[in-house]
Amino acid sequence: MNARVYLAETSHEGLTATLFILVVLVTVGITFWASRQNQSAADYYAGGRSFTGPQNGLAVAGDYMSAASFLGISGAIALSGYDGFLYSIGFLVAWLVALLLIAELLRNSGRYTMADQLAYRMRQTPVRTAAAISTVVVSIFYLLAQMVGAGVLVTLLLGVTDESAKNLVIAAVGLLMVFYVTVGGMKGTTWVQIVKAVLLMAGTILITFLVLLHFNFNISDMLGAAVDKTGKPNFLDPGLKYGVSTTSKIDFLSLGIALVLGTAGLPHILIRFYTVPTSKTARGSVLWAIGLIGAFYLMTLVLGFGAAALLDTTSADSQVLASTGNLASPLLAEEVGGGAGSLGGAVLLAVIAAVAFATILAVVAGLTLTSASSVAHDLYANVIKKGTASEKEEVNVARVAAFVIGLVAILLAIPAKSLNIAFLVALAFAVAASANLPSLIYNLFWKRFNTRGAVWSIYGGLISSVGLVFFSPIVSGKGLDPTGKNLSLFPEGVDFSWFPLENPGIVSIPIGFLLGYLGTVTSKDTESQARFNELEVRALTGAGSEKVIRQ
Amino acid sequence: MAEPATRHDIYEELHESADFRDLRKRYRSFAIPWTITFFVWYMLYVVCSNWATGFMSTDIVGNINVALVFGLLQFVSTFVIAWLYSRHANRELDPIAARLDAAYEKEVGR
Repeated sequence: MNARVYLAETSHEGLTATLFILVVLVTVGITFWASRQNQSAADYYAGGRSFTGPQNGLAVAGDYMSAASFLGISGAIALSGYDGFLYSIGFLVAWLVALLLIAELLRNSGRYTMADQLAYRMRQTPVRTAAAISTVVVSIFYLLAQMVGAGVLVTLLLGVTDESAKNLVIAAVGLLMVFYVTVGGMKGTTWVQIVKAVLLMAGTILITFLVLLHFNFNISDMLGAAVDKTGKPNFLDPGLKYGVSTTSKIDFLSLGIALVLGTAGLPHILIRFYTVPTSKTARGSVLWAIGLIGAFYLMTLVLGFGAAALLDTTSADSQVLASTGNLASPLLAEEVGGGAGSLGGAVLLAVIAAVAFATILAVVAGLTLTSASSVAHDLYANVIKKGTASEKEEVNVARVAAFVIGLVAILLAIPAKSLNIAFLVALAFAVAASANLPSLIYNLFWKRFNTRGAVWSIYGGLISSVGLVFFSPIVSGKGLDPTGKNLSLFPEGVDFSWFPLENPGIVSIPIGFLLGYLGTVTSKDTESQARFNELEVRALTGAGSEKVIRQ
Repeated sequence: MAEPATRHDIYEELHESADFRDLRKRYRSFAIPWTITFFVWYMLYVVCSNWATGFMSTDIVGNINVALVFGLLQFVSTFVIAWLYSRHANRELDPIAARLDAAYEKEVGR
């Protein structure tokens, strides 16, 4: 990404590479082990629905604590101070939507995919097609952000600067994720996620402890040191990043709404609730996830301010700045381990780098599985084959779909690697909140809601959120930053932007809800009401819901 | 009984039962007000971060300001609401849901 970024020339690369290989070996081993238990479609898609609440809670937290959270939020705090913290709050509070309104009801009324719940009382072909398209779009956005991040991170941490080596890393990550998903299915992917979540929590606890130790557990001192070191008197106040103009304030409001409403519409999070035997264990998984994610974000606060207090985040030579914050945590680990060139520093840097690598592998696998499941179960089995495909055929199609999605992701990620695509994660949340959440809520709580309402809501939310970003400064017309780096996706000089905000949620989420309402009331279709009572009983009591698969 | 009831009929029957109405009321009377509460509380935080920066920047103890405490309170409220819901569901919802589920299984198995 930037030739100025390089790490200390000490021997951490050898150790880092060894730990990377260890991560790959362990996860491949788990996948082979899990593959021996994969027989039915419920095994492949939902891990046999046999995970416990704490296990699935770890896996949910693992899916959620992506590299964007782990490296991105601490990096955002290190560079923008308090404004970076705002992300963690939205990301955490969002879990209450999942807990109170979605997780248990979805577990009781669906089978394998997000669309199952809508298809319960709607016409299969239109709603499944719409939901599958939305699922694949959200997952691909998220996937691309992770894969490009992987390319950047791995090459930085291993000290590789060659372009073809970066491409090789992206391709290797892509092939690994296809392997996990095709061979391990949901069971393998979930165990990879659990292992990763444990590693991530352990690594974060260790670094947080060392940072706090450095400041004798005095948080106020650490914050003061961050202000002094950065030389930014407003570092602890809101507004450093988003407070510059009214547009940026509204942009932040828009981001805040999308974060809190997006989580419960992310398909790769939703299908995790099918991996447990009952709605009570689904609730347990969310409670565990809230505890883990909350603790994790509290620690990233220490990591972010600690990095600002201990590392160079402002000068022209700053590696943290050059990596737009992504290297804040790994470099902080090196610093608290004894500094660059010391053995302790090299070991901690290598450990945190390996944790970040495991995080990326596990998250991309979860996303690929989600898209492949939706293509196979919604599009192939129900739309194309109208429910006549055998379980075996369906699972085989899911495997082929995983392979194709992996290939597409590699081919898109390679040219995208030189672009600034960090916005894709926030966009995935906005699409999830605009296209998926309205129809999920309406379907569960509004009897009259029908097929046209669902289809309008999904396509309307999807097209408006993606469309508004296309016409925003993210894509064109933002110009160059002081160092001459282009801030938009399109080359400088091309400008077709007219939507001023970078986060579309404040407009696209109301559009999703409004179109769901309008589509419903303008249609005479009452067919969907016939099974509403049935859905309601099933969702709230679990009567007739999918049961655990015993072997 | 001559004809065995279809699954759909059993669901309809359960839907009309006093137990189910009670369950739905208990669920909604918790989930909906608390959803509104945390959403408003969170939006208040976002709006203050944007438009009440003077208030948010006030120091309370040492370098710890209102903004940091307000942010940490969002964590506390999330944990508390999650815990309250879990307690409510265990005590008030699960026993009724289990009864209705058992009634369903009995009817289907007949």
